[in-house]
Amino acid sequence: MEKLNDDVGESIRLELWKQLLTLRLVEKKAYDLFLQNLIKGTSHLALGQEAIGGAFGVVLEKKDYTFCTYRGHAHTLSRGASIEGVLGELMGRECGLMSGKGGSMHLTDVKNGVMGSYAIVGAHLPIANGTAWASQYNNTGAVTTCFFGDGTTNIGAFHEALNLAKIWKLPIVFVCENNLYMEYTPIGDVTAVEHPAADRASSYGMEKIIVDGNDADEMYRVAKRTVEKARKGEGPSLIEAKTYRHSGHSRADPAKYRPKEEAEDWINNKDPIKIYRQRMLDFGINETIITSMENDMKEKIEQATEVCKKSSIPSLDLIHKDVWANGGSEWHN
Amino acid sequence: MAQLTYRNAVSLSIAQCMRKDDKVLFLGEDIGDAGGVFKATVGLLKEFGPTRVKDTPISEQAILGAAMGASMVGLKPIAEIMFSDFLAVCWDIVANEIAKTRYMSNGQITLPLVIRTANGAGSKFGAQHSQSLENWSMAVPGLKVVAPSNPSDVIGLMTAAVADPDPVIFYEHKSLYPMKEEIENTDLFINLGEANIMLQGNDACIISLGLMAQRSKEAALILKEKYNIAVSVVDLRTLVPLDLQTIIREVKKSGLVFTVEENPRLCGWGAEVSSIIVEKLFHNLKGPIIRITTPHIPLPSADILEDNTIPTVQRIVDTILDTIKKG
Repeated sequence: MEKLNDDVGESIRLELWKQLLTLRLVEKKAYDLFLQNLIKGTSHLALGQEAIGGAFGVVLEKKDYTFCTYRGHAHTLSRGASIEGVLGELMGRECGLMSGKGGSMHLTDVKNGVMGSYAIVGAHLPIANGTAWASQYNNTGAVTTCFFGDGTTNIGAFHEALNLAKIWKLPIVFVCENNLYMEYTPIGDVTAVEHPAADRASSYGMEKIIVDGNDADEMYRVAKRTVEKARKGEGPSLIEAKTYRHSGHSRADPAKYRPKEEAEDWINNKDPIKIYRQRMLDFGINETIITSMENDMKEKIEQATEVCKKSSIPSLDLIHKDVWANGGSEWHN
Repeated sequence: MAQLTYRNAVSLSIAQCMRKDDKVLFLGEDIGDAGGVFKATVGLLKEFGPTRVKDTPISEQAILGAAMGASMVGLKPIAEIMFSDFLAVCWDIVANEIAKTRYMSNGQITLPLVIRTANGAGSKFGAQHSQSLENWSMAVPGLKVVAPSNPSDVIGLMTAAVADPDPVIFYEHKSLYPMKEEIENTDLFINLGEANIMLQGNDACIISLGLMAQRSKEAALILKEKYNIAVSVVDLRTLVPLDLQTIIREVKKSGLVFTVEENPRLCGWGAEVSSIIVEKLFHNLKGPIIRITTPHIPLPSADILEDNTIPTVQRIVDTILDTIKKG
């Protein structure tokens, strides 16, 4: 039992497990709902990448800010967004986080610190600097986290944002989820360096950090360290977390460009949920606790799904609402 | 009484806003120590210090991203993009992010920020430092668009832009920076969406903006003095929101309308204004609406070439005279 007293500890492990379950099971439910044609449009699932956002979800405080990409369901949930808010948005229902005005790629939940999900690759890194700048100026101690994929490391905004974050010593943690593929292309085929984010860190005077993004404990440790550093006013960090998405880039992608053995190895042997289940058992956490948390989560998701199905479709008034801060869309008198 | 140049009016209006509200911050390239490449921000760093006046690298996406993010959580940043032409390198942040985020978030996010930029021709800087780009932002839902034509309007409109809860793009005309005006009281506020009638007249109506408003006024004075033609000159001051009521009122007086635009011809703001006038006032019109614009070309550099490209006072006078003679 003394193993429970390692640096992570049982209570954090249970929080991490809850995060992993939420992120995995809601995403699987989203996939089921697509198959039932209850979710339209596109979607980019984070199945297999849950340990990264999940660990930050455990570490971050209420006042902190999170910026997500279009693959942002998991990160939004990790900050405490409601399941019906997320699934409802995907389903285009009134109960959605933005009542259907944003959709899967733009999940936003300001009251939980989720400052938006951005569907233009790299755009949100410079924007995330802005909330970090405001926290620094107002001396609030809030930390901004910004998640993005490996493909982002080759767009200009990535480089502009890292440079500014460093010279202004901003309280921000940039988290690259390297899932080995830039959409349909292996990231190594289109990148000048082996580690697309970490090998660039030195260009901006930052530490080279590479972490196993499928190990929730490792992610927790690096999240804690970098968030604490930012909170103390010691400046930005750039993390490269190695991971793998279980499904294709988006709903339209069967991911046939990936070698079968590679995908099977990641899905069967390096799945963050399987790894963590075993980890908890190894540390002596009772299996009934693990399983009952799993069952509770499934039940919670079923209930949320029913709420979404019963929720009304958005009112047509919303079309002209909130272009401007006065709530309207008028452009002339 | 103080005589102020347009460029002094910029720094003075920013300083007044920053004194009133410590949430107002200012960032951009060469704006601090250097005082701006047009010397329109001299003194701000000295007065407000480096935590509120931030010199940035040449990273337009980083500049506007920082402004956007800061505004999302309650600050009121003013960001400078040195030349409006450079908006092209950060247009994603402007058009995809700043303009859409309030709408996409269903009103969860408010973006009270100002992007100020030096716009327009007259300096013979060539095609990448002289464009008149207010149309670009007018075409994007979610952006307010301001273009002052004189020093007191700079102050009044800047004050309103900073106070506004929505993103505003503030186009300063680089040929107007030396323009002088006696200003009694610099505590000015001009509501966004209120046009200015620079001259009254019942024979024709010019609708204009920025430098072209000044040239239109000059042309109208010549027409009055030499030909006894009384032209009303409307300086729109803001394209979004658009002061449609003033346009309607002025157009009805003469039924003869000219737009004077610095932008290249296609899809210039005058095309939209003309279309609205035709829709709403077709039976009041005494002839076609004439658009006086820059030809649909990139801007050339040499004196004689640039001078013959953007609308001149003479061209405005001649066009109106020809139209009235043919009438």
